[in-house]
Amino acid sequence: MLENTTEVTVDTLLGEVAIRMGQKYRFVTVTCLDGGDYHEIFYHFDRDYQLVNLRLLLTKGNTLPSITGVFAAAVIVENELQDLFGIKVTDLSIDYGGRLLLAEGAPQAPLNKTRAAEAGTKMEVIEKSTPQGAVAPTEEVAK
Amino acid sequence: MSTQAMSNRRSVIPFGPQHPVLPEPLQLRLVMEDEKVVEALPAIGYVHRGLEKLAEQKDFQQVAFLAERICGICSFQHAMAYSMGVESLMNITVPDRANYLRVIWTELHRLHSHLLWFGLLADSFGFENLFMQAWRCREAVLDIMEATSGGRIMLGTCCVGGVRKDISAEGLDQVLRVCDQLHNDFDKVVTQVMNDYSVKQRTVGIGTVTRQQAHELGAVGPVAKACGLERDHRVTGYAAYGQLDFKPITEQAGDCYARTQVRVRELYQSLDLIRQAIAKIPAGDIMAPVKGNPTGEIVTRVEQPRGEVIYYIKGNGTKNLERLRVRTPTFANVPILLAMLPGYQLADVGVITLSIDPCISCTER
Repeated sequence: MLENTTEVTVDTLLGEVAIRMGQKYRFVTVTCLDGGDYHEIFYHFDRDYQLVNLRLLLTKGNTLPSITGVFAAAVIVENELQDLFGIKVTDLSIDYGGRLLLAEGAPQAPLNKTRAAEAGTKMEVIEKSTPQGAVAPTEEVAK
Repeated sequence: MSTQAMSNRRSVIPFGPQHPVLPEPLQLRLVMEDEKVVEALPAIGYVHRGLEKLAEQKDFQQVAFLAERICGICSFQHAMAYSMGVESLMNITVPDRANYLRVIWTELHRLHSHLLWFGLLADSFGFENLFMQAWRCREAVLDIMEATSGGRIMLGTCCVGGVRKDISAEGLDQVLRVCDQLHNDFDKVVTQVMNDYSVKQRTVGIGTVTRQQAHELGAVGPVAKACGLERDHRVTGYAAYGQLDFKPITEQAGDCYARTQVRVRELYQSLDLIRQAIAKIPAGDIMAPVKGNPTGEIVTRVEQPRGEVIYYIKGNGTKNLERLRVRTPTFANVPILLAMLPGYQLADVGVITLSIDPCISCTER
């Protein structure tokens, strides 16, 4: 376990983050690990070279509230969570919809160990979306 | 359409990912009112390589060389940050000489990184002569890195347990001679340029952010230091920094000029740190034995040329890591870049963007 770590839940996350903001901590980053049925998420903050962490266990399939309302600097890393771990982050100040780092055709949630293991060597790929303004072909047209 | 109506129209200009002033693929979607930037949105993802995933498939000792390849500029510091983390997990005490050698190579990397950036900044506002002079100075740094390690950028010397190569007494003398030569060059080229009319016109009062903004948006490195924030992990004394006289360099203005000043002063500071390290380097081993596999988790931080890099490492007792997570300084400085741009002219966007010294390959890993 990392030193200076406080356990939080989805319900207490934003309150704890706001406390760190009030205590003049700097937002450093977020680290995410795939724990099988859940994601283990660390929020790192720094003050005077002392790192403190919030640890959250998020059951897969549940959504994660964005902390960008408190620390705007989290916007890039929270989008990265969506891309690399497939976590849906709600209320993001800028939501790239899973396309910050990954392009169409890229492996989906590539840092999830379970997903990669289930699919063997072939990871699921993001389906190609219909370009904006284009009309998807109907079955008849396709024929 | 009236002039007033035209001036109220907003347009979006994609700046990058291929642009003459950008060394790496970053796209800024600029919302413009005439020539003035109103808002900027970043788009990255052009060079994402999945190195964190690859790290889980390599032996933990190989990962030091993988970490080195995260960045082509501050490569040594990546390997060092990673190695320091694993050494802490495995209770390895690195020999003193190895720690001093790490400082010497680290500061050589800072020199070549800042000089590369200085040339690129000059290029961004059309000062081609300065670009060439800065890169001429940089060549001397690359040459001495090659002479001491065999590699000009990827030194391959830092590994878990210490360093793989020593520098002989003659080699250290050669490093000192290069430091003297660089000191003279900096006096003639870099310092003089800071008083140049054109340089000041393009950088003073441009891309200004406050100390408060820098703190709230998590800025690191010279970007934070240019706003008066004393934020430099070398003060924590890792490697041999605790044995050297060191104080972070800060400026107050928070503009492009202040960020340039910080890096110029850091050039001299790096020369000083190398001289101090060479004066104090002890004799002895350069490598501690590495037995077993890492277990547990740790966060290590190192001050790269662009600021703080953070490594989260989790070992599970096998040769493969459970997780390696890297947050690079440019990643932390993207939000503050977005705060720098609004209100300035389109012609300033290149200079402002370059002033954070963006490294996108690092950022995307």
